Amino acid sequence: MSSGAPPAERATLLEVEHVKVHFPIKQGLLVGRTVGQVHAVDDVTFTLREGETLGLVGESGCGKTTLARTVMRLIEPTAGTIRFRGEDVSHSPRRELTVLRREMQMVFQDPNASLNPRKRVGQIVGMPLRLHGARGADADRRVRELLQRVGLSPEHLNRFPHEFSGGQRQRIGVARALAVDPKLIVLDEPVSALDVSIQAQIINLLGELQDDLGLSYLFVAHDLSVVRHVSDRIAVMYLGRLMEIALAQELYSKPIHPYTAALLEAIPIPDPRENASRRRSVVAGEPPNPIAPPPGCVFHPRCAHATDVCRTVQPPLAGYANGHLAACHHPRSVSSGEIAAATRDPASPLSAGGELPTADGA
Amino acid sequence: MSQPEPILEVRDLQVSFVTDEGIVQAVDGVSFDLRAGEILAVVGESGCGKSVTAMTLLGLTRSPNARIAGAATYKGRELLGCSDEQLQRIRGAEIALISQESIGALNPVQRIGSQIIEQIRAHEVVPKRAARERAIELLARAGIPHSRERVDAYPHEFSGGMRQRVMIAMALSCAPSIVIADEPTTALDVTIQAQILDRFRELRAETGAGLILVTHDLGVVADIADRVAVMYAGRIVEQGSLEDIFYDPQHPYTWGLLGAITRIDRPRRECLPTIPGLAPSLAERPAGCHLRPRCPHEFDRCGQVPPLRSRLAGAPAHLDRCWLEVERKRTLRDVAPDTIGLHGPDGAEPAQGAA
Repeated sequence: MSSGAPPAERATLLEVEHVKVHFPIKQGLLVGRTVGQVHAVDDVTFTLREGETLGLVGESGCGKTTLARTVMRLIEPTAGTIRFRGEDVSHSPRRELTVLRREMQMVFQDPNASLNPRKRVGQIVGMPLRLHGARGADADRRVRELLQRVGLSPEHLNRFPHEFSGGQRQRIGVARALAVDPKLIVLDEPVSALDVSIQAQIINLLGELQDDLGLSYLFVAHDLSVVRHVSDRIAVMYLGRLMEIALAQELYSKPIHPYTAALLEAIPIPDPRENASRRRSVVAGEPPNPIAPPPGCVFHPRCAHATDVCRTVQPPLAGYANGHLAACHHPRSVSSGEIAAATRDPASPLSAGGELPTADGA
Repeated sequence: MSQPEPILEVRDLQVSFVTDEGIVQAVDGVSFDLRAGEILAVVGESGCGKSVTAMTLLGLTRSPNARIAGAATYKGRELLGCSDEQLQRIRGAEIALISQESIGALNPVQRIGSQIIEQIRAHEVVPKRAARERAIELLARAGIPHSRERVDAYPHEFSGGMRQRVMIAMALSCAPSIVIADEPTTALDVTIQAQILDRFRELRAETGAGLILVTHDLGVVADIADRVAVMYAGRIVEQGSLEDIFYDPQHPYTWGLLGAITRIDRPRRECLPTIPGLAPSLAERPAGCHLRPRCPHEFDRCGQVPPLRSRLAGAPAHLDRCWLEVERKRTLRDVAPDTIGLHGPDGAEPAQGAA
């Protein structure tokens, strides 16, 4: 989906370092006492380069949306650092955020909820322009341009969101995000509310926009087949933690973490013969409670390969070839030579143990 | 191989609703059979009439604004014309429903056990204690661990996947012959979806019930269905076995649908084939073939409605609604497998010498 220099050589746009987001659970009628913490995001580190798409996947409740909103600074991180173009923005005050948000914009999952039903399309798409100082005929021309850019007719300017189909509404959301010429767009499940034929239209649109405007995308989704289609690299989250991050192709051909493998195996392929011939193991159980995450590796209660070390020591992110990182004591799809050559990556959570995986004949 | 008698025969089902915007023809001439132990998938995009078809069989679309015509015969009994009381005896006991939104389908202030017991005792004369034992057993069979302790829980104490299992337990409580499942796994995560689909497979083998699976997910269809009906704008446009639909699709809409899916098992493509345009409003459907305005292969004859019939020699059960000649269709479809026909401004002439 991207062109130009290979992603690995482009400048870093966004750095997320050891970010934690914990939501306090309050109890009590007048004075809320904090009785616990929801560990929504628990020490996550990644970077995003210019023109790159990073897919962020995981099941419901894994913290992917919270992380995306934290990057947008809609949520303040509990700990850790977020840098945009090298500048620390993790605790920037509101005035600085206004400037920052010219460069990063968001497209939401549900266009019904994210477009004001009482505003006309022209007002919705023009709002970011007005907020950033554009007025009058200039702003008007720009809005028409944007509508055309996303495949809508400029005559739609005076219509209301309810007059559009779901796919068209998502196009309006994209046009609004593009209004201020951002560098980074955070896409939170942008196609999951749409029918497949419409999904394909929006995915193609996002690809064209990226090629033409050099955008970077943080693409949050639960659908691994969609994410694979759009991403350069993919990060897999589970219960607030980063399980694995790899080049998109490699994640699918060589999943190292058992959770990634389980996710991939769980997806039914729309081809009856291939589907029947595939080896599929169904993971038992459900994700545990993020208020009291299990000790050690958070996936161990559902993992078929778990041993004592998994129950007690949180695995660090071990670095393999091609920048492929995985937090697992018993990695899959890698040879004993690759395991021996693995190193502890600086992206590892600070609370992770020192043990690197050892080849165990698994 | 002789086919067993169908337990459900739907013939020329018509459902329309009178609305402010005119008459909305949600279902137009839908016909299909369902046999015992069979899984029939009804697929299509939002608004194609797949859910209305399923709900009408259960009498759930009956309202002063609805016009329902046609026939739906369940084991010799007519479902569409029967009285509400007759329907009440069939619904839940012989034809059960699993809906998409388990949170909306369960009563939030009633324990799940008592909801199942209520259902059993509505249809059978069973002492409460025996019904409770059966509820516990049903929950265990639907895959809920520690069902004896959890039978007295409230719906909010369960996760989405667990609630969907409660729905399955409830649907099976009176050993129905037909289960209608409307997008049963759409709201679930993939690992949980895989668990639920496994459960469906086991239950089909154990109970021999026929299953009508309404879904938009072709992956789920490929995984579990025996036969498929593809709907578009209120009509079935193609119907056949799983192999027919996936490996020899005869209707351009089916190719388009299969082509537009992103797949994890295929090399990634630069550009996904799309079906241009939008599905028509059910209040203003185009004359003739409803796909005509979106179809690059349309020609004069498409102004008439193509009947749903077999157009392939030797495949009497593979039906479609497309006027194109079979050979021409296959050429158009296969000439550039990556664009699956419905892509590009004009598909009138297949490119010469395409690889």
